[in-house]
Amino acid sequence: MIEFLNALVVLTNFVLVPAIAYGSQLALGALGVTLIYGILRFSNFAHGDTMAFGTMATILVTWWLQSLGLSLGPLPTALLALPVGILVCMALVLFTDRAVYRFYREQKAKPVILVIVSIGVMFVLNGLVRFVIGPGEQRFADGERFIITAREFRDWSGLSEGLALKTTQGITVVTAVIVVAALFWFLGRTRTGKSMRAYSDNEDLALLSGINPDRVVMVTWLIVAGLATIAGVLYGLDKTFKPFTYFQLLLPIFASAIVGGLGSPLGAIAGGFIIAFSEVTITYAWKKVLVYLLPDALEPSGLVQLLSTDYKFAVSFVILLIVLLFRPTGLFRGKSV
Amino acid sequence: MSQTLKNFGLFAVVALLIVLTGVMQSWGTALLILNMGLVSAVMSLGVNLQWGFAGLFNVGIMGFVALGGLATVLVAMPPTVDAWSAGGARVLAGLLTGAGVIVAAVLVRRRMAPSRLRGLLTVAILAGGFFLYRWVFDPGVAAVEAVNPAGTGYLGGLGLPILLSWPVGGLLAAGAAWIIGKAALGLRSDYLAIATLGIAEIILAVMKNEDWLSRGVKNVVGLPRPVPYEVDLQTDPGFIESAAGLGLDPVIASSLYIKLSYAGLFAVVLAVILVLAQLALASPWGRMMRAIRDDEVAAEAMGKDVTRRHLQIFILGSAVCGIAGAMMTTLDGQLIPTSYQPLRYTFLIWVMVIVGGSGNNFGAVLGGFLIWFLWVQVEPIGYWLMQVITTPLADGSALKEHLLGSAAHMRLLTMGLILLLVLRFSPRGLIPGK
Repeated sequence: MIEFLNALVVLTNFVLVPAIAYGSQLALGALGVTLIYGILRFSNFAHGDTMAFGTMATILVTWWLQSLGLSLGPLPTALLALPVGILVCMALVLFTDRAVYRFYREQKAKPVILVIVSIGVMFVLNGLVRFVIGPGEQRFADGERFIITAREFRDWSGLSEGLALKTTQGITVVTAVIVVAALFWFLGRTRTGKSMRAYSDNEDLALLSGINPDRVVMVTWLIVAGLATIAGVLYGLDKTFKPFTYFQLLLPIFASAIVGGLGSPLGAIAGGFIIAFSEVTITYAWKKVLVYLLPDALEPSGLVQLLSTDYKFAVSFVILLIVLLFRPTGLFRGKSV
Repeated sequence: MSQTLKNFGLFAVVALLIVLTGVMQSWGTALLILNMGLVSAVMSLGVNLQWGFAGLFNVGIMGFVALGGLATVLVAMPPTVDAWSAGGARVLAGLLTGAGVIVAAVLVRRRMAPSRLRGLLTVAILAGGFFLYRWVFDPGVAAVEAVNPAGTGYLGGLGLPILLSWPVGGLLAAGAAWIIGKAALGLRSDYLAIATLGIAEIILAVMKNEDWLSRGVKNVVGLPRPVPYEVDLQTDPGFIESAAGLGLDPVIASSLYIKLSYAGLFAVVLAVILVLAQLALASPWGRMMRAIRDDEVAAEAMGKDVTRRHLQIFILGSAVCGIAGAMMTTLDGQLIPTSYQPLRYTFLIWVMVIVGGSGNNFGAVLGGFLIWFLWVQVEPIGYWLMQVITTPLADGSALKEHLLGSAAHMRLLTMGLILLLVLRFSPRGLIPGK
């Protein structure tokens, strides 16, 4: 029984908790991609760099607050800076929409042209972020590091394995739940949210019933900027901020959105957790769990790691391929333009 | 006529830019730009085949280029005899086991009627096969990598002439393209984009981690060359004499001679691919491709197999990128997996194609040269610009230091702006397709 509890604790510590935190971050990112896809009808390749830009703005404000000596006590200062970061990011996406995307929308350009345009935006944002904050790693988490440390848990439970819960992991999950609840309330209950869904389902019908398309597009960009910044800051707090990593996040985020079904917000969340759990479980070395569960004679000699951690992109990709082959519209029946 | 004249003028401008580099900076730099410009032109021809001819959106160019680089190692490096005897057979057996498992799973799906049993059987074969594969494969890898890990630690290549690796690089890229095309073509266009983005990352992950294949991040250096070495030329009395006849120092002359030889080799490849692409564009096949690009539904109604044609041209275009990748690694003389960056090897090529003119082979070639020239020169220009801007600031001020230090990142910004401006004001590029 103790053996089983120990195995469970190891599993929670190294697989469940990190995967839930990572899954929440992916889900928030994928929500942004899926909203753009549903309303503006193109895959936004600049999303990773939008996340990086919002995070960068938040980090700069965080540093400024820290230099003033302000802090949130046990919580990271970045949470205080987050609203400012979101506002800066909102200004940025509204500017890019006005300066770049609107022209093609009015022309009714093909989706693939918009994708190429978003690649141009991606280059510019990428250059901008590196220009301002540099290409290196930035750590900006402060405050209390752990909610429960491994030692405290061991002392409390008397088990030989510890369970650590980082503050950033707790914040990630709590924030994600609040944000997702607010988003679904907005989409399902408010007038603007309903007009967004109507616009996504059938553009012509929505226009006929008097929905203002400019307003819908603007609100979408504002929400996406908020989601992107929150996702980026949470990821940066939990791991570390590096512009190139954010660019690479594009792949798991897109995989999450497609696996769930592009254009379906519920699918994006499910997709995020599916991708995160598969990445973590497949690249985790299972030896420690198995040592507790199996009788001594069967104990594995190797690490029992299915794939090395460097192949985590391969995991999102294989899941993506399987879904594309067997269910191209995704698990939640997204749309296909 | 005026169009031809304009095109000629555009190429002349790019040539002039490169000559100016030679006069103002150094001829070595100018020839480096020329060589990489030739390679870039081949890559953008490959992308133009896919995008300009068929409207396929491939953002995995980096992966195909990297496969070309891998081909140079597999073809040209000498085989590591000790490693082969230590675990070569076991590694090969492992790979065959893996392939066998996949074939078995596909056969089960093909032969059995759809049922729950079939699904379970497929999963069982794949899961069991994975462990079988690792059981055969892993000890072989460990044995190979244990042989002199600091020097070799990999199986080595075939020890064949390196020029042979160029077509082999094309074949490897074509194989990868076939797998991706089978899965993602025929679905929406964005899906191909995401799938290619993914395969490029995976190819890179394999090259970084599978040390037995190409030493992973330990890099392979000292690839054989298709041209002589500078040192040999400098001791060759005939060469010294002819260099002196031109009034050149033998050291400089030898380096210029080598770069010119590479330029000659690359120019031949570019010319061959350009001629073939032009012939293909004008042929009935090319007309069919453009018809499919412009209206898939109509083409399908005329009895054209759109998905199959797409697969065909996707493989061809990727193979061209693979050839270019092998050429580039040959020029570098070393394979460094960490040097492959998607912004540089995928999205920059896209800028070349869009700026040059999608659908026009000459446009793609022009874009390749022009954008590569800018990519190299924007950095010094940006630095100079920053120095001018920051002159009013006091020396040693934090802002000035930061601005000067960040000037290198002007590149990405400039490329993005160029792409956006061209898309907005001249969406068909410098030399528009017909």
